[in-house]
Amino acid sequence: MGEKSKKGDFMADAFAEPQVPDGLFQKCEKCGEIICSEDVVTNYHTCPNCQAYFRVPPRARISMVADKGSFIEWDMGLPVSDPLKFPGYLEKLEHMRQVTGIDEAVLTGAVRIDGMPVAIGVMAASFMMGSMGEIVGEKLTRMIERATRERLPIVIFCSSGGARMQEGIVSLMQMAKTAGALKRHSDAGLYYVSVLTDPTTGGVVASFAMLGDTILAEPGALIGFAGPRVIEQTIGQKLPEGFQRSEFLLEHGFVDKIVKRERMKKTLSFLIEGSGGEKPSLVRTFAAPVPPQEKVEID
Amino acid sequence: MEELTAWERVKRARSSERPTSIDYISGIFDRFMELHGDRVCRDDGAIVGGIARIEGIMVTVIGEQKGRTLKQNQKRNFGMPYPDGYRKALRLMKQAEKFGRPIICFVDTPGAFCGIEAEERGQGEAIARNLYEMSALKVPVLSIFIGEGGSGGALALAVANEVWMLENATYSILSPEGFASILWKDGKRANEAAGVMKITAEDLKELHIVERVFGESLPQKEEEPDGFAADGWGTMLENGALTADGDDTKQEDTEDEEEEPNVLNRDNMELVAGQLREGILEFLRVYHRKTPTQIVQERYERFRRF
Repeated sequence: MGEKSKKGDFMADAFAEPQVPDGLFQKCEKCGEIICSEDVVTNYHTCPNCQAYFRVPPRARISMVADKGSFIEWDMGLPVSDPLKFPGYLEKLEHMRQVTGIDEAVLTGAVRIDGMPVAIGVMAASFMMGSMGEIVGEKLTRMIERATRERLPIVIFCSSGGARMQEGIVSLMQMAKTAGALKRHSDAGLYYVSVLTDPTTGGVVASFAMLGDTILAEPGALIGFAGPRVIEQTIGQKLPEGFQRSEFLLEHGFVDKIVKRERMKKTLSFLIEGSGGEKPSLVRTFAAPVPPQEKVEID
Repeated sequence: MEELTAWERVKRARSSERPTSIDYISGIFDRFMELHGDRVCRDDGAIVGGIARIEGIMVTVIGEQKGRTLKQNQKRNFGMPYPDGYRKALRLMKQAEKFGRPIICFVDTPGAFCGIEAEERGQGEAIARNLYEMSALKVPVLSIFIGEGGSGGALALAVANEVWMLENATYSILSPEGFASILWKDGKRANEAAGVMKITAEDLKELHIVERVFGESLPQKEEEPDGFAADGWGTMLENGALTADGDDTKQEDTEDEEEEPNVLNRDNMELVAGQLREGILEFLRVYHRKTPTQIVQERYERFRRF
């Protein structure tokens, strides 16, 4: 769930420097190796040494899956909401904006993936743990509603600690708002792929993250409703290794497929091709048969 | 078709050498992406499902999956699905309906799994729900029996517009062992039971339970190095000229040399897979011309007449 201010400050500090400084070296937190930052970026934001997955800034994420230069951003700069008049919240938001260079914990807009138009939402863990307050909910809902009007499939890259505590009950309402918009999108016969990245927890899991027609996950991502620390404190037991990781969710039937970053664009492209349009397959396909080319993906 | 007794065909259908759903999926489709999970409880390895492309057409493919080794069967549970497997299949079928993709099912199961957890999670309910929902799917459904078709566990993927069988696949109310045990109180009379149950593809075609039967007789490609390639036989066999009957003496010769070289397996399945591919494309062409109402009505009537 949302982070208290102490943790929030820590997060802000962590992101006070650019994540990948140009031409410099950094240390992988997983393996401890000193690695070249440029290699990290060209390697899909993974460690060139141990392949650990680093969190991806939202614009980098878009460039990893969208056709070059195709991103058009929607609904920037919506007015700030501070329903609880929470002390220091507005200042904190302003600080986060400067630090991260984005206006809230989600970017929305339209992209093309292998030429197919897609509405997209990308959450930013770097912005207050990707927590969902009114603006995050509103940007996503506007994106979903527009996708429904324009008959576009949707891809959402989730990464969030959950609902934003600083906005209280208003944050909770975002769960119902986004879910309701997705129901209309689905009833219009349109396709939605949810991609779960590390971490996807709390109110985001309990709303739009789990409502994809197809749910993909990055390897090893933490995905769950209650955070592991909260569960351990509540039940007084140590949790098993791998609990609430992508592979655990796959085994328990909640994830369609675990997809590595380098395969993500191809995977999304194939899925959207199969479900993208209104009456896709039969009508358009007999006209132009495609020669056999790719393989069978069973995992 | 080969002359075999019903019991011999049952043994062929059960053979661990026989190609499985994944083998057919690999052999027939240009691309396949597996998708997992029932969104309730578990991902059942006894059922594989996903989206496939064939000649540019996107379809949903679902199959019951047996393993060959003990390790594989820990995952595949010998092709006996839990309720979770049927729920995964239904989830994928409903999605296919939503996005207008035809559905191709491969049936190969001894039966739905019998066990405590399977009952706790509602094996009966899961199968019933599949029959109920499949009866009204607005997209064409084709089910192909490739091995064993054990009872409700098979029917749960076979409420289809057309049902096809391979020559040595079976489809029955119960295993011959179970049948013999219930009717004659003697499971050992399975052989005899198989004979009276009408479980072979040929019998079922006569009863109009299935629409098409695909032969499994194979050309003897293996023999080419022994001197047959040179005289042109090899080419004719490649072209499938002799596939259906394969009645030349050479074939009989080899039957004694090795144990059943003619039995369908992963290495010699290319021809059968090719015929199924052609069949599937023809099915898609025919059903492409039908409206959703027609597709639903025809499927309803197909089962209504029994």
